[in-house]
Amino acid sequence: MGELSSIWRESSHRYRLVGHKCGNCGTVYFPPRDICIKCHRESIGKISECNLSGKGEIVSFTIVHDVPPAFARQRPYAMALIKLEEGPILTAQIVDSDMDEIEIGRKVSAVFRRIREDGKSGLIQYGYKFVLDG
Amino acid sequence: MSGIVSYGSYIPKYRIKSEEVARVWGEDPESIKNGISIQSKSVPSPDEDVATISVEAARNALKRRPIDPGEIGAIYVGSESHPYAVKPTATIVASAIGADFQIFSADYEFACKAGTAGMQNVKAMVDSGMIKYGMAIGADTSQGAPSDALEYSASAGGTAIIIGNKDPIAVINHTLSVTSDTPDFWRREGQPYPTHGERFTGEPAYFKHTVGASRLVMERAGTKPEDYSYAIFHQPNGKFPVRAAKTLGFREEQYRDGLLTPFIGNTYSAAMITGLSAVLDVASPGDRILAVSFGSGAGSDAFDITVTDAIEDMNRRAAPTIKEMMSNVKWIDYAVYAKFKKKIVFGENID
Ligand SMILES: [Zn+2]
Repeated sequence: MGELSSIWRESSHRYRLVGHKCGNCGTVYFPPRDICIKCHRESIGKISECNLSGKGEIVSFTIVHDVPPAFARQRPYAMALIKLEEGPILTAQIVDSDMDEIEIGRKVSAVFRRIREDGKSGLIQYGYKFVLDG
Repeated sequence: MSGIVSYGSYIPKYRIKSEEVARVWGEDPESIKNGISIQSKSVPSPDEDVATISVEAARNALKRRPIDPGEIGAIYVGSESHPYAVKPTATIVASAIGADFQIFSADYEFACKAGTAGMQNVKAMVDSGMIKYGMAIGADTSQGAPSDALEYSASAGGTAIIIGNKDPIAVINHTLSVTSDTPDFWRREGQPYPTHGERFTGEPAYFKHTVGASRLVMERAGTKPEDYSYAIFHQPNGKFPVRAAKTLGFREEQYRDGLLTPFIGNTYSAAMITGLSAVLDVASPGDRILAVSFGSGAGSDAFDITVTDAIEDMNRRAAPTIKEMMSNVKWIDYAVYAKFKKKIVFGENID
């Protein structure tokens, strides 16, 4: 049940890309952080939620060929480091693309997809992935 | 008067051609294409389902008009392919768009008209003052059994319609429904593929309800086919809606823009409202729209709609138009289609 609770707790940032913003220096964090790593104690009480646009750019990526059985339908797939417009860098899958279309510097947008499912009877986890902008 | 304040659709990017399906099953591609008038259909990616499609459609509707999600008082998702047998899709959509804890929500089922049933419901809730805005979604990722006729048509897509009183881009003047117990198409619990009652699918089911509801709503509105700029009907294939339109006295220029099935297949609960979405992409103030869904089992929901001046103020390009989603596609062959649609089965615990 521990895993179920954490899936549930993290659903707002997984579903909607909700980050945290430091009210002291303006740095945006994703995943959310309760204390700003630049301002430390100065940031206490000044952290607020912020909705991220889901727009970003690929800064690095890798093509995954050796996949667990549950991902065989998606092989090969790309995992990328994406720098969001608001600053944070996150790791996410790039979907709906041929592997040779994926390049560093390409603009991407967040989409809502199935991330994984726990067998045929377990919970389906949803969250963000990214597609290349047209 | 209440009406559509925003709309958004989502059609998966992958497509398979009818001739590719015909090649695998040894059928004559030309007779299939002419018979059902479908060139190609959309296919969801393995990580897409009715929840993801609904969320994308809902977000596209919110891009066209940035309504505070907290002001959306109801979300109803109509589908016959909800990802869970028990656990509502509407909860996932509400969370993904950031709606409030205090919200009316449920999943609806009525074959292909569950989404339009949701539209009628949220309109009634807006009109009665229960809610400010309501969102109705029709979405499906339907399956046809291998080599069944439905394999050429069953596709995937979704449309979200937001209804409210404030500056609607299209007013819903009249809406009504017809219902009868008709055994044209069904799927029993736990069965992966539906069954169709061949001889019931045409006249006693689709045409009786679709044409009947169209006539009744025009009677109530005091309108004639020539009063409409656009007519949209449920479209299980490319033939039925054209025949319904002609039976009622509509011309090709009235039904052309809302007829998508020849290119994207039958999106089931999304079929009629995605046609409506395509029409709203191009409509002008004053245009009158007849929109009639059909759900097997059977029934039809009919809408008499008038586009308002407010459509001019909306940035319709803020979200992808249906034309854009129909041109930005990736073609796949039957093997990849079978892999994506889980017609190739792995071991016990791998979906
Ligand atoms: Zn700071």
